[in-house]
Amino acid sequence: MDGIHDMGGMHGFGPIIREENEPLFHHEWEKRVLGMGVAIPVPVPGGSRNNIENMDPSEYLSSSYYEKWLHSRIRGLIDAGAMTSDELETRVALFREKPAAETPVHPDPDGVRAKFGRRRTASSTPSHRDIRPQFQEGDRVRARNIHPEGHTRLPRYVRGKTGTITRYYGIHNLQDAELPAGCVRREQPLYAVRFESRELWGESAEAEDAVYLDMWEGYLTPAQSDTEK
Amino acid sequence: MKRQDEPDRSESDAALRTRALESLLVEKGLLATDTINKVVEKYEKDVGPLNGARVVARAWSDPDYKRRLLANGTAAIAELGFAGREGAEIVVLENTSTVHNVVVCTLCSCYPWPVLGLPPGWYKSYAYRSRLVREPRAVLREFDLHLPDSVEVRVWDSNSDLRYMVLPERPEGTEDLTEEALVPLVTRDAMIGAARIDSPSE
Repeated sequence: MDGIHDMGGMHGFGPIIREENEPLFHHEWEKRVLGMGVAIPVPVPGGSRNNIENMDPSEYLSSSYYEKWLHSRIRGLIDAGAMTSDELETRVALFREKPAAETPVHPDPDGVRAKFGRRRTASSTPSHRDIRPQFQEGDRVRARNIHPEGHTRLPRYVRGKTGTITRYYGIHNLQDAELPAGCVRREQPLYAVRFESRELWGESAEAEDAVYLDMWEGYLTPAQSDTEK
Repeated sequence: MKRQDEPDRSESDAALRTRALESLLVEKGLLATDTINKVVEKYEKDVGPLNGARVVARAWSDPDYKRRLLANGTAAIAELGFAGREGAEIVVLENTSTVHNVVVCTLCSCYPWPVLGLPPGWYKSYAYRSRLVREPRAVLREFDLHLPDSVEVRVWDSNSDLRYMVLPERPEGTEDLTEEALVPLVTRDAMIGAARIDSPSE
């Protein structure tokens, strides 16, 4: 989706601020969010990134990294039917009123977790070795100018731009919510594509530099080479 | 200036909701408190940029290892025992006297956890995510890294499941150092591409 998260190339965010001797976490609760995010055995329907991208833009901008994680995990657990919004709000109200409240502990967590069987989606699927990559190193390609409403990993700043295939990474699962038109399989060749800074930013480019992106084949169409133009 | 990635507006609210969520998950048996503790401990103690520094020091010391690392980063990194979440496939990019690679994730904050640990605040900041692809030289100057025009800057936007790590250029004056002695010279920022590694004498 063309959301606030897709910020490559945007102006207005100011200088890069680096914190001296930055701690790994700034608050105790962040540790718990990390731990839960990594260890929760319930897959997030639609993906955790999708939930973050669907936050209200002003909330997205004013939320910290771990606040976004927390939001996404809560949304995911509700969507997966693992808990309800009411249950959470009731528990929040309890702790607000009685910070020392004790809550029950499940007697057999291992048994519960075994039922969920953590999702393991391999990014590379060797069973699809029959797929032949359409492009080779050195081929000129154009990123498709598509604007899907759902999750996509094709940033706005590269859409419609021309680049060169520099490396083939094998078959990877496309992460988009919907397959781009013309694509029949989620398993697709993935390439490194080099886009010249001048192609992306025109006269505003700083120098003869380049940006590389990982591009699933479904994001690309063949482009004329410079000599054919 | 207000830190974009670390507002304190809702901290107590986030703390409360986090606690409520954990207690619900523990009640339902979906998580045990100890499981969460173990994840936190792992990222506090075991998984951090020291892992990446060991990879770099090995590559600087062993040309065969370096070749394997650049050809198949995941496999070569696994030789040293590093693998896992946010690092199912790692690609290593070599910085040289003529090419400077630097890594960003414009869409979120993808980062090679097994070798670098959890990302620093600046890597997750909107300023870094928005600006690096458009004006890498200006951004790197803010990191006090001034690259001459003769050096080509290559920005890698990690938008797939691949994760990128930079193999920094070995500084001059370190020819006599052992692999073990090279490890502490390697910085996290250099493995992102936001810094070069100075000679020990400098």
